[in-house]
Amino acid sequence: MTRKQRRGVLIGSGVAILSVAAVLVMFAFRESIVFFHTPSDVAEKKIGAGKRFRLGGLVADGSVKRGQGTTVQFAVTDTLAKVNVSFTGILPDLFREGQGVVTEGKLGPDGSFVADMVLAKHDENYMPPEVAKALEEKGVKLGAGAQHKGGKDY
Amino acid sequence: MIAEIGHFALILALAVALAQMTVPMWGAHVRDVRLMAIGDSAAVVQFLLLIVSFLALSHAFVTSDFSVLNVASNSHSEKPLIYRISGTWGNHEGSMLLWVLILGLFGAAVAVFGRHLPATLRANVLGVQASIAVAFLLFMLFTSNPFERVDPAPFEGRGLNPILQDPALAFHPPFLYAGYVGFSMAFSFAVAALIEGRIDAAWARWVRPWTLAAWMCLTLGIAMGSWWAYYELGWGGWWFWDPVENASFMPWLAGTALLHSALVMEKREALKVWTILLAILTFSLSLMGTFLVRSGVLTSVHAFAVDPDRGIVILTIMMLFTGGGLALFAWRAGALRQGGIFAPISREGSLVLNNVLLSVACATVLVGTLYPLALEGITGEKISVGPPFFNMTFIPLMLPLLFAMPFGPLLAWKRGDVRAVAQRLGFVAGLAVLFTVIVAVMSGPGPWLAPICVALGLFVLLGAITDLFTRARFGDVSSDEFRRRIVSLPRSAYGTALAHAGIGIMVLGIVGTSAYQTEKIVALKPGEKAEVAGYELLFKGIQPTKGPNYSEQIATFEVARNGAPVTTLLPSKRLYNAPPQPTTEAGIYAAWTGDLYIALGDEQPSGAVAMRLYFHPFVRLIWLGSVIMFIGGMISLSDRRLRVGAPQRARARASAVPAE
Repeated sequence: MTRKQRRGVLIGSGVAILSVAAVLVMFAFRESIVFFHTPSDVAEKKIGAGKRFRLGGLVADGSVKRGQGTTVQFAVTDTLAKVNVSFTGILPDLFREGQGVVTEGKLGPDGSFVADMVLAKHDENYMPPEVAKALEEKGVKLGAGAQHKGGKDY
Repeated sequence: MIAEIGHFALILALAVALAQMTVPMWGAHVRDVRLMAIGDSAAVVQFLLLIVSFLALSHAFVTSDFSVLNVASNSHSEKPLIYRISGTWGNHEGSMLLWVLILGLFGAAVAVFGRHLPATLRANVLGVQASIAVAFLLFMLFTSNPFERVDPAPFEGRGLNPILQDPALAFHPPFLYAGYVGFSMAFSFAVAALIEGRIDAAWARWVRPWTLAAWMCLTLGIAMGSWWAYYELGWGGWWFWDPVENASFMPWLAGTALLHSALVMEKREALKVWTILLAILTFSLSLMGTFLVRSGVLTSVHAFAVDPDRGIVILTIMMLFTGGGLALFAWRAGALRQGGIFAPISREGSLVLNNVLLSVACATVLVGTLYPLALEGITGEKISVGPPFFNMTFIPLMLPLLFAMPFGPLLAWKRGDVRAVAQRLGFVAGLAVLFTVIVAVMSGPGPWLAPICVALGLFVLLGAITDLFTRARFGDVSSDEFRRRIVSLPRSAYGTALAHAGIGIMVLGIVGTSAYQTEKIVALKPGEKAEVAGYELLFKGIQPTKGPNYSEQIATFEVARNGAPVTTLLPSKRLYNAPPQPTTEAGIYAAWTGDLYIALGDEQPSGAVAMRLYFHPFVRLIWLGSVIMFIGGMISLSDRRLRVGAPQRARARASAVPAE
């Protein structure tokens, strides 16, 4: 086998695998991308029931209700709008009223959000960047701890 | 005072690094031996200065010197000693110091063990290595000085984030960084080779041990992080495809590819250009990992408070080295001589397939990790790319790799006979399929892919053993001869077999826990029972206790199986004093067939406690596999043939004999 043929085989197999991967990536993106929305987006955009997305904001003060069994209800707010969320499972350790939170799930027919995932954070001072940005865009003032700059670095 | 010594040592290290960056390279250019020799002593001195600096910071942490800002913001006097020590690198400034210290260690290692390297190559390598150190030392001294004082000194520190107060996480960053920074050696050697325009098998013989050492550390570092996430975070997951996890996984994938392509280069002098490119890319991915983790541009469940401004500096450093390396590559790669020829079906061919699959897989992970960032930059839309994306793209690329893995080591160099190899592997392949059918029938319904993955995992594991048996000519020679041969196989053969077997074992663990795990979320009152995967759990109640720097609510569970008592599990919730933050400590019972796992949730108004019960079949094989991979690397490193400088010495002696 000549050098040229060898190179041909190498490049050919490389390109073939790369294109398979590219197709997989395109397909996977279409299937699995999850958009991020704030409660006001939910109010404005009228996101259809059954579409999966991430809802982020602050846990509204006084909204956490632990029901019977393992379902917890709370509201996520960006101070302009509020969406009720129900979640069955164990909340992360740092889940607290007034703190930033990201949940993932779908809107139910009654307009409340059914989450199957509540994102855990590891650090009191950490605010998920989308939440921080979304809240900033809405003009919500964040506490010093929630701000990125000057935060402590672990 | 000691903090000032540390600060001063850091500044001196910068000065030395500046000298090391310029003088030896100039010496290599003008062929002045004395100028080049400065690189060696500079590298050692730089390393010693960094040790002084690091010890000074550790001293401040151990003695709780709160007049140092970094200690005041990240430590607490009540913390146990081990976490005061690990607290040194449990924060941004300290972790950067650890980064540079390890960089210095590798530089000094080249100076000390690299006597047999050609003088110009060594000088250039040390110069490139020093330029990385200069960038990071400047970054530290100007934006994140670990020795900054605070006046007046606070009476007490703010404490280390409690979930970082954990043995596995104490040693996770050093191993991870040893991996990241270890790849800087490959980068420095690649750039030095490009500068010289010369590269040969001796180059690969040099680069491979360093890459292997870095790869081992990274493997163990990632495994420790995953183990920590598994038992400390309380959601029972071991891998989340989170940006921070991907940041460490991408250099691992590229580094694994580099390890194999360097092998081709060493043995056959082929794939030179590709190996150089891979070396540059692997280190660039390491820098990107550091950037992603430190800047917090991506939402991550593992993110700690981060600083985007500092992130931009690291991004600049990354651009500088990646861009510089690639530009040099584009300019000089054409000058490198082409190497040996091989047929597509050969050991080289299989290693090329390994490289293509690993780098494409690495690219898909990169796309998935960075796409949200790119989309937000372009359209402003915020999205997240989660585990489904990675499962859909990464797994299909790994399946052919796993299938091809046992074939590779059995194929001959240059031109292999795939039919003969298939015959040798036929027996173990049959065994793997048979065992899989039994598993599929016994475990009942599950994902259709799971039995296939079980078969592949077993095939890889048994294939690694077949490789050893074949090398010792099992069946061709008498059993005594076979026994003699198998113990005298080169260590590198054992290393390869162990590393491959480790992958097989890990795959089995991944499939077991991903496809067959049982999860239950229940709320129990004291005295109530729950059942998971055949285990009966009796919840006895909750008792409060006190730890060294936390208060704890410990729940007691009596675990029984078929009526016979098995064990008592004590999951708990802790509330740390400083900072006041709750953590969940899972209760885990490790049985042969898997882990029984209990994580406590909140107490309900009715007095019941919400809790999550899991059974993770064979989950421990994931970490066992990583440890076996690490051991395989160790054994391979201890091989005489791979030992740094050994080939040159042997050749020198051989040529010396006839001269006498």
